[in-house]
Amino acid sequence: MNIEYYIVLSIALFCIGIAGVLTRRNAIIIFMCIELMLNAVNLLLVAFSKMHHLKGVAANPNAGIDGQLFVFFIMVVAAAEVSVGLAIIVMMYRNVHSVDVNFLNRLKH
Amino acid sequence: MSISEILFYFLSVLAIGSALMVVISRNPVHSVLWLIVTFFAISGHYIMMNAQFLGIVNLIVYAGAIMVLFLFVIMLMNLNAETEPKKNKWLRMAGIVAGGCLLLVLVAALKDAEVKNSMVQLKDGEIGLIKQLGSVLFTEYVVPFEISSVLFLSAMVGTVVIGKKGD
Repeated sequence: MNIEYYIVLSIALFCIGIAGVLTRRNAIIIFMCIELMLNAVNLLLVAFSKMHHLKGVAANPNAGIDGQLFVFFIMVVAAAEVSVGLAIIVMMYRNVHSVDVNFLNRLKH
Repeated sequence: MSISEILFYFLSVLAIGSALMVVISRNPVHSVLWLIVTFFAISGHYIMMNAQFLGIVNLIVYAGAIMVLFLFVIMLMNLNAETEPKKNKWLRMAGIVAGGCLLLVLVAALKDAEVKNSMVQLKDGEIGLIKQLGSVLFTEYVVPFEISSVLFLSAMVGTVVIGKKGD
C-alpha cells in the first residue's frame, strides 16, 4: 500500500477532528474530537514506521521501531490527559451545571 | 484489487464515516459510540500493518477504558439530545470551512513530497510484535518509560485532588 494513502487518510481524520472542535459547543464532544486527532496522528506514525522498516530492514532489523514506541507514549499521555480533563469537566459541571463552552469561557462566575 | 486494498478501503471508509458521525451526532452518547467504531477501524489498520501490540493496546486502552470513562461522565451529567446547545449557524459553517481548508492545504503540501512512491509494508514485519517492541523499549527507552509511570502517578493524584468535594 502506498504511503500517500495513509497520509491522506490521516489528514482527513485530523481535519474532521479540527472541524469538530471548532463546531461543537459541548465540552465533552470537543474532548472526544481531540482524541480523534491524536488517533489520526498515531495511525500516521505507525504507517511511517512500517515504511522506514521496509526501507531499512537490510541494515538494521529494528529499523523504524521508534515510530511505534512513540505511539505507545502518545497513548500514555492521552490516557493521563483524559483523566485530568474529565475531572476538570465534572468539577465545572458541579459548579455551574452546564458543559457549554460558551458559558464556561469566563474565569469568574 | 487485492484483498489488502479492499480491506484498506473498507476500513478507511468506516473510519472516516464514523468520525463524521461523531461530529454530526446531536446526542453525546451516540457520538461516543461512533468514536468507538472509529477506534475499531483504526485498530483494524494497525493489525493490517502487523503492528499487533498497538492494535490490541489501542482497543483495550482507548475503546475499553477511555471511552467507558467518557460514557460514565456523560451519564453522570444526564446529557441527551434536547439539552444539547447549538452554535450559531455561521460559526458552524466557518468551522467546517476552516477544517476543509486545512485538509486542502495539507494534501496540497504533501502532493509533491518525496515519499510519494514509498510503500508501507503490510502483513509482515517483526517490529510490530511485542518481543521486538519490548526489547527496544526496555533498553533504549527505559528512561521515558519510568518517567511515564511518574506521569501516571501525578495524573491520578491530580484527578483525585480536582474531583474532591468540599474545600
